[in-house]
Amino acid sequence: MGRRHFAFGLGILLGTASVLGGCGGPSKSNDSKNAGEVYVYNWGEYIDEEVISMFEAETGIKVIYDMFETNEDMYPVIEAGGRTYDVVCPSDYMIQKMIENQMLAEINFDNIPNIDQIDPEYIERSKSFDPENKYSVPYCWGTVGILYNTSMVAPEDVPSKWSDLWDEKFSGEILMQDSVRDAFMVALKSLNYSMNSADRGELEEARDLLIRQKPLVQAYVIDQVRDKMIGGEAAIGVIYSGEMLYIQEEVENQGLDYTLEYVIPEEGTNVWIDSWVIPANAKNKENAEAWINFLCRPEIAKMNFEYITYPTPNKGAFDLLDEELQNNKAVFPNVESLDNCEVFQYLGDEVDTIYNDLWKEVKSN
Amino acid sequence: MSKKLLSGPYLVWMMGFTVIPLLLIVYYGLTDKSGAFTLANIISIATAEHSKALWLSLGLSFISTLICLVLAYPLAMVLRKRGVGRGSFVVFIFILPMWMNFLLRTLAWQTLLERNGVINGILSALHLPNQSLINTPGAIILGMVYNFLPFMVLPIYNVLCKIDDNTINAAHDLGADFYQTLVRIWLPLSVPGIISGITMVFVPALTTFVISNLLGGSKILLIGNVIEQEFTRGSNWHLGSGLSLVLMIFILASMALIAKYDKDGEGTAF
Repeated sequence: MGRRHFAFGLGILLGTASVLGGCGGPSKSNDSKNAGEVYVYNWGEYIDEEVISMFEAETGIKVIYDMFETNEDMYPVIEAGGRTYDVVCPSDYMIQKMIENQMLAEINFDNIPNIDQIDPEYIERSKSFDPENKYSVPYCWGTVGILYNTSMVAPEDVPSKWSDLWDEKFSGEILMQDSVRDAFMVALKSLNYSMNSADRGELEEARDLLIRQKPLVQAYVIDQVRDKMIGGEAAIGVIYSGEMLYIQEEVENQGLDYTLEYVIPEEGTNVWIDSWVIPANAKNKENAEAWINFLCRPEIAKMNFEYITYPTPNKGAFDLLDEELQNNKAVFPNVESLDNCEVFQYLGDEVDTIYNDLWKEVKSN
Repeated sequence: MSKKLLSGPYLVWMMGFTVIPLLLIVYYGLTDKSGAFTLANIISIATAEHSKALWLSLGLSFISTLICLVLAYPLAMVLRKRGVGRGSFVVFIFILPMWMNFLLRTLAWQTLLERNGVINGILSALHLPNQSLINTPGAIILGMVYNFLPFMVLPIYNVLCKIDDNTINAAHDLGADFYQTLVRIWLPLSVPGIISGITMVFVPALTTFVISNLLGGSKILLIGNVIEQEFTRGSNWHLGSGLSLVLMIFILASMALIAKYDKDGEGTAF
């Protein structure tokens, strides 16, 4: 919650940055008549603002930077086309939906030589939503796992599987994610089904499991998992790995007498990837490619990683990090532990409705 | 002619921000995704999860309204006795929290009620056992009572202030004791205020989704939560509108109640 305030201040800062950048820009961009601008649409707090000024100073391209809060907020803006953006950073399943609806332009990778800095592992994983790797360049990634409090969970009870979230010992101590797909991912994975299941029978099984879990759950929350776990409100919770660096720092800063550890469950989990894409109606496609190329540069990717703290798929940037950070398994898990992980896929409106209805049954029970 | 011109802005306001949105809700509520007429959205209130949420909402808002009434009536009587000057200062103190954002006030309760929150901190300092307060129906009722109590106090206080002291004195002169005065003078004369207070507490309590989310840990699904989720996450505006229409029936019923008992509009809050 605390970092949200930051987003607002950041917006103002960026506004100023783009104005300043604009002043220095024209002299360099004269050679090409339309090389002056790039319209960027990104998540809030998802870039080190210094990077924007550096990009402007180096290329002379003026950055017009806007932010969105969820994929669902972003989609209708791009779809309506009232304001056209040149480069956007949605998540996996949303990229798939945009590809299916012909809203994206193929990226010209000749303009992005730095693509070779991106770990092939993530290019490969991107195929689940961008089958031919034509439309997207990975920016951040992460996993979803179980966070537990070392002073509240006995060493022999340390969770290792999703099904541990059904352990009676943790009654009233569990924080679940209050969003349909994340909650069903936990249940489906613990049943060893795909988290992209569209099979009604499997989904109903997952629903029954979630209903059975409900008495043990302390609360269904989203952003608050982090703060509640730091505050020692609950013993275990489902959390996005991107929060881990912040949590570790906070536990240290507050001098707490416990630590919070992160586990990727054995059954596998959700690996999410946020990637840069270029909308089909982009007016400054080459500038967008210059932007993506700039962000793929290892030093720049490192700056962004240090600001965002979400794992970077950029192996050049990874090599630049301290050894301690490289070995932080909560941030950069072993690739082997990701074997049975999946990336969320867009399942279509009809299946979405089934998910929503079943989730409502869980919540009302 | 000029009078008609003066009413113009208000007509535009009412059309634009009340009538047209309401018609849109009716349109959405009575159609499906393809735009064809259907009653399915309305009938869906009968499904197990919707009717359960509705009954739970009705129950919790009924209890909250009752508690508000029991707390507010004696308070309003005390305020009236203190006279206009000092009484209105106390009223002012009561309204003061309303100047703060509703969300913040509810979040503050979260901090108070949490397991490692302020209340449990005090309890454990006194070596008393910790209580699990948050994420219970009780916490939701507390949130409702806290947030909506001023809406009950003000209309009742307003009506009580208008009762002539002579009426009360006459009752005492004729030998009525406190209880008789309360039942036969105070209460009947303050019915408009009570009814208006009840609706002003009951209606927002019935439709709330923020309080149940923050203090119920999203474990307790009220009808307000169902509608909110249909509009935001489920993105089924048709179902959300249909359920809103059903909810409107309850709200209209309470409006009808006001119209019946509060003919002169005496029991208004301000």
